[in-house]
Amino acid sequence: MKTTKILISGNEAIAKGAIDAGCFFYAGYPITPQNELIAYMATHMPALGRVFIQAESELAAINMVYGASAAGVRAMTSSSSPGVSLKQEGISYIAGAELPAVIVNMVRGGPGLGNIAPAQSDYFQSTRGGGHGDYHCLVLAPYSVQEAYELMFTSFDLTDKYRIPAIILGDGMLGQMMEPLEGQRSKFKSQRYEKPWALTGCAGRKPNIAKSFYLAEGDLEKFNLLLQKKYKLIRAKEQRWEEFFVQDAKIILVAYGSMARIAKSVVTGLRAKGKKIGLIRPISLWPFPEKIFQQTALKNKKAKVLVVEMSYGQMLEDVKLALNCKLPVEFFGRSGGGIPTEEEIIKQIK
Amino acid sequence: MEKIYQRPESLTGISTHYCPGCGHGTVHRIIAEVVDELGIREKTIGIAPVGCAVVAYDYWNFDCSEAAHGRATAVATAIKRVRPENIVFTYQGDGDLAAIGTNETIHAANRGENITVIFINNAIYGMTGGQMAPTTLLGQKTATTPEGRDSTVQGYPLKISEMLALLPAVKYIERTSLASVPEINKTKNAIRAAFKNQVDKVGFSLVEILSPCPTYWGMTPEKSLEWIRDVLSKEFPLGKIK
Repeated sequence: MKTTKILISGNEAIAKGAIDAGCFFYAGYPITPQNELIAYMATHMPALGRVFIQAESELAAINMVYGASAAGVRAMTSSSSPGVSLKQEGISYIAGAELPAVIVNMVRGGPGLGNIAPAQSDYFQSTRGGGHGDYHCLVLAPYSVQEAYELMFTSFDLTDKYRIPAIILGDGMLGQMMEPLEGQRSKFKSQRYEKPWALTGCAGRKPNIAKSFYLAEGDLEKFNLLLQKKYKLIRAKEQRWEEFFVQDAKIILVAYGSMARIAKSVVTGLRAKGKKIGLIRPISLWPFPEKIFQQTALKNKKAKVLVVEMSYGQMLEDVKLALNCKLPVEFFGRSGGGIPTEEEIIKQIK
Repeated sequence: MEKIYQRPESLTGISTHYCPGCGHGTVHRIIAEVVDELGIREKTIGIAPVGCAVVAYDYWNFDCSEAAHGRATAVATAIKRVRPENIVFTYQGDGDLAAIGTNETIHAANRGENITVIFINNAIYGMTGGQMAPTTLLGQKTATTPEGRDSTVQGYPLKISEMLALLPAVKYIERTSLASVPEINKTKNAIRAAFKNQVDKVGFSLVEILSPCPTYWGMTPEKSLEWIRDVLSKEFPLGKIK
């Protein structure tokens, strides 16, 4: 089959990826820097006979996703940091009702209204649950337009498979930049999952109920233990990462998303000068790819680790937990719209 | 022997947890009777609120969803858009529909979603212990208005049905009460009309029902019905609003 290449922004590639992966329902509320995504959905979803709703608020949008998902279709919403904070109520309910859903966060600077520059300061919110209760979301962090497109298939498959919310964590830089996208459809296939729990009307079966409420003594603890069992399985099976010149590295950078592009340039540049440097790029932020860090600690015994983030050290905590003091860990980060440059990172290394 | 009265198929038969004299059980049953009479049980999807009726799905014998407090019409919007062949209704109290969920209520109505909304107005928060509702009357004493609701501090009873009637996409709104048998019969007729509208694809339909809460009104069940007739329905006049 012929490979087609199109030039497309990250926001649009995410929307296109969702549509190609079978997203049937989208509800969203405008917020910068992800407006191309909602506009793409508005243009393409109704033409395919699917549902697009511009919701009256982020709260309404996420609760619409809850409803659409409960009704058995692939559903998603997208926003940026302040909007995703508003969605936390609904995400907690989705987690509690064990519904699939995809939530895209094109992160901007915070706290508060912050600014619209790229940032990675929503890492804690995304990987620790974000709303009330003891739950997790799958968190996937693309670092290119192509990967953003492809991870939409992954996220819809995983959210259907495990029935926990999936977050795509990008940022304004990834959303706004344009890159070639190879759209060879046959290459990307989406799994289909039966949804016997969906609300479809109770013809020929007992009624289904979508709920997160467990009032009787002991029931909620039992349900939480089931969730924990599921999270353990996901931790074991769904860690994703990319290694770049890690094998013989004495210095190992750790960066995800847009930040990893800059870190990769640093590695390429210093390797050309003979420096033994590599990069670990986590792709799944939850589950955090602990395996590669445990392997690295065993193999690269003399290595030093430098975590680089567009935040003041959030993923840093997961790297330290994964390494368990086996390798020294340093950190460099900027936030509030500040982006660590290659020069700044190189300065940290020397 | 001919059976002339029985439990509707749309009720599970589980005993409700409601207080003596509460109106929720009556309205649950009316909804179940209407769903049976219209022959739509197997395609009905109900949305239960947060409030006293939070476990309404235990009592109805058809598919149901929980909704976060106030978000029932957002959840219903999505289910109906995804499954237009199903019959989707929300069941909400005054705090759910007219305080924390006002935004969702107004915008679902303004979009003209083809859903049915059953709105229980008892002028108080029951589940949490008798606090002021948006529909609490002036002078009415509650846990959070111990001296009575004062318009200069807490504003006026919110007439959300009249507000919604102004929206062009809203097709049917009626206010009824549970104060007497004839009023209960009118309530059933209004609920039937609101479901029938959805079956006929007419559009957004809402029935507001003045319902007794003897526990937090501090009255006997009998006195509560008198209070609906003599006081509450003076502030919230009964009848078809649109």
